[in-house]
Amino acid sequence: MSNPGCAAVVEDIVITGGTLVDQSGSRRGDVRIRDGYIVEVGESLAVGDERVIEAAGLLVTPGFVDLHTHLREPGMPEAETIESGSRAAALGGYTAVVAMPNTDPTQDSVEVVEWVAARGRAAGWCDVRPSGSITIGRAGRELTPMADLAAVGVRLFTDDGSGVQDDAVMRRALEYAGDLDVRLAQHCEVATLTRGAVMHEGHCCSTLGLPGWPALAEELMVHRDIELVRLTGSSVHLLHLSTARSVELVRAAKADGLAVTAEATPHHISLTDERLRGFDAVFKVNPPLRTMADIEAVRGGLIDGTIDAIATDHAPHPRHHKERPLEEAPPGMLGLETALGVARASLDCSWEHLIGALSWRPAAIAGVADRHGRPFIAGEPANICVLDPEAQWRVDPTGLASRSNNTPFVDVDLTGRVRHTVHDGRVVVADGSAVIR
Amino acid sequence: MSTARRHLRSIDEVGRERVLKLLNLTSHMHEINQRPVPKVPALRGRVVCNLFLEDSTRTRLSFDTAAKRLGADTVAFTGSGSSLSKGESLRDTVETLAAMRLDAIVVRHRSVGAPWQIAQWCEAAIINAGDGRHAHPTQALLDAYTIGQRTGRGADLSGLRIAIVGDIVNSRVARSTTSVATMLGAEVTHVGPSTLLDPRLDVQRCSDLDQIIGDVDVLYMLRMQNERMDAALVPLGGEYTRRFGLTPERASNMRADALLMHPGPINHGTEMTVDPSTLPQSAITDQVSYGVAVRMAVLFDLLGIGEMEEES
Repeated sequence: MSNPGCAAVVEDIVITGGTLVDQSGSRRGDVRIRDGYIVEVGESLAVGDERVIEAAGLLVTPGFVDLHTHLREPGMPEAETIESGSRAAALGGYTAVVAMPNTDPTQDSVEVVEWVAARGRAAGWCDVRPSGSITIGRAGRELTPMADLAAVGVRLFTDDGSGVQDDAVMRRALEYAGDLDVRLAQHCEVATLTRGAVMHEGHCCSTLGLPGWPALAEELMVHRDIELVRLTGSSVHLLHLSTARSVELVRAAKADGLAVTAEATPHHISLTDERLRGFDAVFKVNPPLRTMADIEAVRGGLIDGTIDAIATDHAPHPRHHKERPLEEAPPGMLGLETALGVARASLDCSWEHLIGALSWRPAAIAGVADRHGRPFIAGEPANICVLDPEAQWRVDPTGLASRSNNTPFVDVDLTGRVRHTVHDGRVVVADGSAVIR
Repeated sequence: MSTARRHLRSIDEVGRERVLKLLNLTSHMHEINQRPVPKVPALRGRVVCNLFLEDSTRTRLSFDTAAKRLGADTVAFTGSGSSLSKGESLRDTVETLAAMRLDAIVVRHRSVGAPWQIAQWCEAAIINAGDGRHAHPTQALLDAYTIGQRTGRGADLSGLRIAIVGDIVNSRVARSTTSVATMLGAEVTHVGPSTLLDPRLDVQRCSDLDQIIGDVDVLYMLRMQNERMDAALVPLGGEYTRRFGLTPERASNMRADALLMHPGPINHGTEMTVDPSTLPQSAITDQVSYGVAVRMAVLFDLLGIGEMEEES
């Protein structure tokens, strides 16, 4: 079909028999939805001719919010489109995703940002919120028109894919953003320390003879940005933290009361650098997979709240790019459809805490907390995920919605899967399947 | 380990038992090489492809000679990796070769792990002739064989002190030769400025060549690329040679019964200012000559009689 997209329509819906999980905790309850909004929450609601979602044994949660999604459009539709990527998001329980700006052309102008947002609306799977780049072309020199971009809805700015290397440029960007209602996000990597790097600089990298990506390259920029926040009074969000020392730095910054937030990916809390021993570039990612000690520290950061959010860094790449020699293959892995199961397997915490890291905490960072990550109260927008916490499934890359298949979790058994996703009062995922036009 | 059995991609992957078997086979191959007509029909009808996507003359000639002495036919595919990556992918190239039903592919590639990737895309036995900074197992085997022959120790190198000097961090030779020497019982020390050593490799390190040169049984000099000086790994000028080069003075401090080795090609004036051919300790020409025998052993092990009997 020439114009794939979501076929779901706004319906009157009752979600019955489930356990509601939101910021106030967990409780049994039914939810009535009308015209895209929650109109009633209570026990044993009367059901008329509404659509009924039977949720006995299931968790009913606010829709997830991904702070870090590469949708690859414009520029690389072979890897992913806004339609396929946002459909993967809906299947993963997400009702909003922040689209990273490293597109071609870069999301550094009102025109490109509006194009991405419009394509997201046309697809209809979830709320596609384009980020803007901090600098023009992500080249690290001139600032983008942040106020103009903020006026059309951009709330997060980042040069993701690379960090802003120049200290003075980053300082000015933080100062300039300080009086706009936006947040800057940093991909922490001092580029001069990672030239040609393929994997974590550690024992495995040494035995394989691969150029190493030292933990220090991340930690130096984490430290710099924390100090720039201290200097400017602005706020910064630190993307995909991967090292133990980074977690410590953020913990100390938060103790000092600085406006620093952070995210971690499912793969950085589940996979170590040893995965590269088979020379499969699917395991090449930036920042790289690190050691078990780093994994434990990042998990600890997520559990104690030092790291606010789980973000996927969903990064599709076509097969023939991932089959290039390891040094030439592009970094990145899929994440949207496996995030819930991997996060659940990796984190020993309550469902409330886990859903918070997937939903309301990233919603606040992304600036979408007016419509996403909301509590179950009458009057709130109906962006909802219904998940089966005990569902067991095996990851099959050919069964994913993404146009690419570079998941690092091939044939891994996961527990916990999204059954239904409701976006603005429309059932976009029903019984684990996308409702396709 | 059945997949690794069909290939020779790294010393660690094949393990000690097969290393010993290959060194034993090398003796037979060396004997063949001493004959007036050094050629046997053991691999007649077999086709070996030399897939060299990184510049190399010596190793390619050595493999080519080895295959021909065993009666195999050889074909060559050469080119730089970059020209390949512009259009045809490595997978396309390998699948083309696979369709020609080649028996073995000898691969040199500038990227780590290329022999493992290639093995996924074809049925041929894969022999690693050097992948990036990772591994060069036939070099390691010929080094072990040379040391065993020259010291009379055979495959038992226990207690021998081997110093590998130079650009360890960028050297696949250092990694593979360290693996095989350690596997056979030798004590390996890596020698060089700290910027060229790797603290995460499980090996002794030393940054003072003069302190150990009089004690070692084997002095193994690596080729020093002049580019390393541009990358601020070592100072410009002659400091590297002054600290780590084999000068006539240093050579005179070597033990008379020690060995001097080098994987070639020598960067004269940088890692060596002495002419090695004037030193009785030099085993460098032995390395080249045993190199052919080692590669014959590897090819025979992968493609030889046992397997042919299974097929008939």
